[in-house]
Amino acid sequence: MKLKTFRKGGIHPDPNKLTSGIPMIKADVSSEIRLELAESIGVPARCIVKPGQTVSAGEMVAEAAAFVSAPVHSPVAGTVKRIEKLRDISGFWREAVIIATEIIETAVDEAEEALSPRTQEEVDALTPKEIIDIVGNAGVVGLGGATFPTRVKLSIPEGKKAEIVILNGAECEPYLTCDEVLMCGWPEYIVAGCRLIMKAVGVEKAVIGIEANKPQAIAAFRRYLKGSDDISVVKLRMKYPQGGEKQLIEAITGRQVPEGALPVDVGAVVDNVATAYAVYDAVYNRRPLTQRIVTVTGPELKKPGNYLVKLGTSIRTIIEAAGGLPENTGKVIAGGPMMGKAMANLDAPTTKAVSGILVLPRSISQRHEEEPCIRCAKCVSVCPMGLEPYQMMNLSIAKRFEEITSLHVMSCLECGCCSYVCPSHRPLLDYIRYAKREIRNLPKK
Amino acid sequence: MGVISTSIIVLGIIGALAAIVLYFVAKKFHVYENPKIAEIEELLPGANCGGCGFAGCQAFAKACAETDSLDGFNCTGAGKDIMDKISVIVGLEAKAGVRRVAVMRCNGGCGERQIVNNYDGVTSCAMEGALYQGETDCNYGCLGRGDCVASCMFDALHIDPKSGIAVVDYEKCVGCGKCVKTCPRGLLELVEDIPDKPLVWVACMNHDKGPLAMKECTVSCIGCGKCKRVCTHEAVEVTDFLAHINPEACVGCGECEAACPRHSIVHHGNLIPEKKEAES
Amino acid sequence: MDTKLTVSLSPHIHSRNSIDHCMWNVIIALIPALVVAVWTFGLQALLVIGISVAACLLTEGLIDRFLFHRHLSLSNGSAIITGILLAFNLPSILPWWMVVIGAVVAIGIGKMSFGGLGCNIWNPALVGRVFLLISFPAAMTTWPVDVPSGIGHITGATGTDANTGATLLASLNDYSYGKIGLDNVDFMDMAIGHMNGSLGEVGSVAILIGLAYLLITKVITWHIPVSMIASAALFSWAFGGNPVLDIFAGGLLLGAVFMATDYVTSPMTRQGQIIYGFMIGFITIVIRRYGSYPEGVSFAILLMNSFTPIINRYCHPRLFGRRKTSAVKA
Repeated sequence: MKLKTFRKGGIHPDPNKLTSGIPMIKADVSSEIRLELAESIGVPARCIVKPGQTVSAGEMVAEAAAFVSAPVHSPVAGTVKRIEKLRDISGFWREAVIIATEIIETAVDEAEEALSPRTQEEVDALTPKEIIDIVGNAGVVGLGGATFPTRVKLSIPEGKKAEIVILNGAECEPYLTCDEVLMCGWPEYIVAGCRLIMKAVGVEKAVIGIEANKPQAIAAFRRYLKGSDDISVVKLRMKYPQGGEKQLIEAITGRQVPEGALPVDVGAVVDNVATAYAVYDAVYNRRPLTQRIVTVTGPELKKPGNYLVKLGTSIRTIIEAAGGLPENTGKVIAGGPMMGKAMANLDAPTTKAVSGILVLPRSISQRHEEEPCIRCAKCVSVCPMGLEPYQMMNLSIAKRFEEITSLHVMSCLECGCCSYVCPSHRPLLDYIRYAKREIRNLPKK
Repeated sequence: MGVISTSIIVLGIIGALAAIVLYFVAKKFHVYENPKIAEIEELLPGANCGGCGFAGCQAFAKACAETDSLDGFNCTGAGKDIMDKISVIVGLEAKAGVRRVAVMRCNGGCGERQIVNNYDGVTSCAMEGALYQGETDCNYGCLGRGDCVASCMFDALHIDPKSGIAVVDYEKCVGCGKCVKTCPRGLLELVEDIPDKPLVWVACMNHDKGPLAMKECTVSCIGCGKCKRVCTHEAVEVTDFLAHINPEACVGCGECEAACPRHSIVHHGNLIPEKKEAES
Repeated sequence: MDTKLTVSLSPHIHSRNSIDHCMWNVIIALIPALVVAVWTFGLQALLVIGISVAACLLTEGLIDRFLFHRHLSLSNGSAIITGILLAFNLPSILPWWMVVIGAVVAIGIGKMSFGGLGCNIWNPALVGRVFLLISFPAAMTTWPVDVPSGIGHITGATGTDANTGATLLASLNDYSYGKIGLDNVDFMDMAIGHMNGSLGEVGSVAILIGLAYLLITKVITWHIPVSMIASAALFSWAFGGNPVLDIFAGGLLLGAVFMATDYVTSPMTRQGQIIYGFMIGFITIVIRRYGSYPEGVSFAILLMNSFTPIINRYCHPRLFGRRKTSAVKA
């Protein structure tokens, strides 16, 4: 059987799923939790607590400040120590709430006890609008890395109609296995979350797309979904960037999202499997998004694994739990090696965007010397969006931004395929990103 | 013989015809241009730096030739002599423009700011600055990748190999302001260089609170306000933990420099007299 | 913080692909044809190839060192490829100093005058070859006498100079294009390279092995060779020639596999590559049929090399989510 995938471009990096099959480990709760207020794309949340105030686990500490914004909740019971600026992983200053955890052991138990789960009947009685509100108030954002507030995604714009919900379990990034662990362990909750999403957007059909290198996850879903015909599982051929929203929609439905349009324009709503789980948690267990699975991995790391981490835990603490930084560490990356961000500051807190902490030795992470372009056209042939990276890089160097716009640079999803394959080791994506930024800053005509 | 003469005649006729056609075409499509424009343009440096406020040297020349008064016209690149010559050409009086120079508002070289990580990527401040805080802990300081150096057309900016930060060559700087627009951290500032008034400025842009700023760099402004207290001309303002000297109110006494516990205020001698001496 | 972290933009990993990797793969792909050349023309062939490669390396090295003042880039193998390909386009009995001139022109003018690797407009080896062909037409069409032309048993073959060998293609053109069919040719000899011609063009099977290797290692894609061979076959048939002979008898295969697919001088997009290959095939046959040269591949490739920037300008890949190709308005 020919497996489904997207048509254009794509690469096959070594999967390196070192932590595949390792069960999830609960990370220790640290005594200090630092919550960034800018947890999602859009406007940072507005802080609603004061220093000295006690907060219970799951209590909202910052509310959504705009439509595209997500509230932040305390993962622990404790006292608000300070509200101050701290450095994020890139070293930029961000507003944050610092909470001292009360008593570490009881804090966790308390968090579990505080929940009064909704019964199935109660959940069935919820209207789509209510589901969206619950999800919004629970601070659920896209957990694939883009952190787009899920409430916004579920609010289908007037005049548009969703036809299918697609759950993204592709996890095409090398090294990362956080979604795989979730899918293997809790398929029933993901499916429950999926049904909630379907109800919220008013569709009858859903597809869970999983790449072929996760047979256990596929089997887990197939076992659980036996007999139900509203949700199906699609096995996808391994190819990066399958987890890109537009690529996944094409792989599953065969439809291409037009340039500049939203997935809902072709009737699709795409959410990460972890997001579906968070939706389930928010609706059934009334638990806001205060923790996530983080893949802590690296070829030289002593104890790589998938850790369930409370948001706001310092990255350094998590790395310590996984055996500490090896001697020859070159880069520590938040996310996968293709699209993740290299960290400048390990004391930054974990945020909803951190799907993985990848510790790469110098030998792998070091960039090679840049050589002249030999026009081999590999960047053109791997680009999943049908762009011409070589040309955009040249124009970006020459700062001819208007011309780059006409090459549709804004369609670039920054997957990094071009830089990955370039035999001359040219930093194509660096320049494309630069151009995109400059174009966004250009005065609008 | 026949061949040669035929060739000469044929080529001659072709040449003559072409000349006639070209003559009429040139006449027909001739555009009148004020000869003064070319004359002025000849004088200008031709760097198209934009320091005068026009799109380029030609635009400036055109504006000079067509204006009624040379008020506010000043070629920053070439200086007063050129403006005098232009005033002779257009027959108007040129007022001496104020000389402006760019000053660098960061003094934190690698001796002052500790490097805490390594940047591995394209040598460009714009890109590095967009990606993250930079190699040091300071969110505001010079990144030292030389975007300003590349933007300067008068060779007035260099990355000091010792400190790794950009340094302005005041003799060469014409104050066109290109670097001011280029620097992603906004570290360069244009100040007026008025004769007999020494330049004083705060060579730091760090808005962090005192303790942090102290940790980040040994010459950072911590916003202590000592400079404000010693200043008798009310030229210093401290906003957001950063001092700024208002050049209009400043008389260049240098009291603040002496008072600054962080050595982040630079007191520079006057530039124009030095330059004049050097020339003569 | 004991170790300083490195920070850079994503992606943080890189494929093992590199210029060296591409170039050395091309060199490996050239080896079968090289073996055939030595087998057919003897050690003389090896000498020509050796001189050509050495001269190319030396020229590139000297220019890099003394004109560009940059570190040497010889190890990436591109000069070696140019050297081998130039030699492949020369007769085995060419005087050594002509080979050197060809190599100097190929690298010096064909490549380095544009700025070196990646900057040249025309395939350097072909620039060198065409320079030699125009400067020394006699020497460049003098083939060794002791190698069968592959067409020996055609009646009337005595028309050619008895002291000079002849290539199959030249012989074909001598006797009015298209009049000779497969019956007159020992196809086996042609396939294994037991015929006269330039060093590299004789071993058709060897070249196809090279093609297979390049395709398997993904150094090149099928678009240029296939479109070029297909269009040559089409027009050969349309002009009344014999497609099989046109493909296998001359330098068409060598050109299609190794010369037209040169990264630097071929278009970037798939459809651009197909147009490019198609036009090379067409021009080759037109030159063979109507031109004064028996062989047209070199000129055809050089001509289309010149059109590559225009092709790149107007052929864009299909944008994701778009039905039609959108050309940049420039």
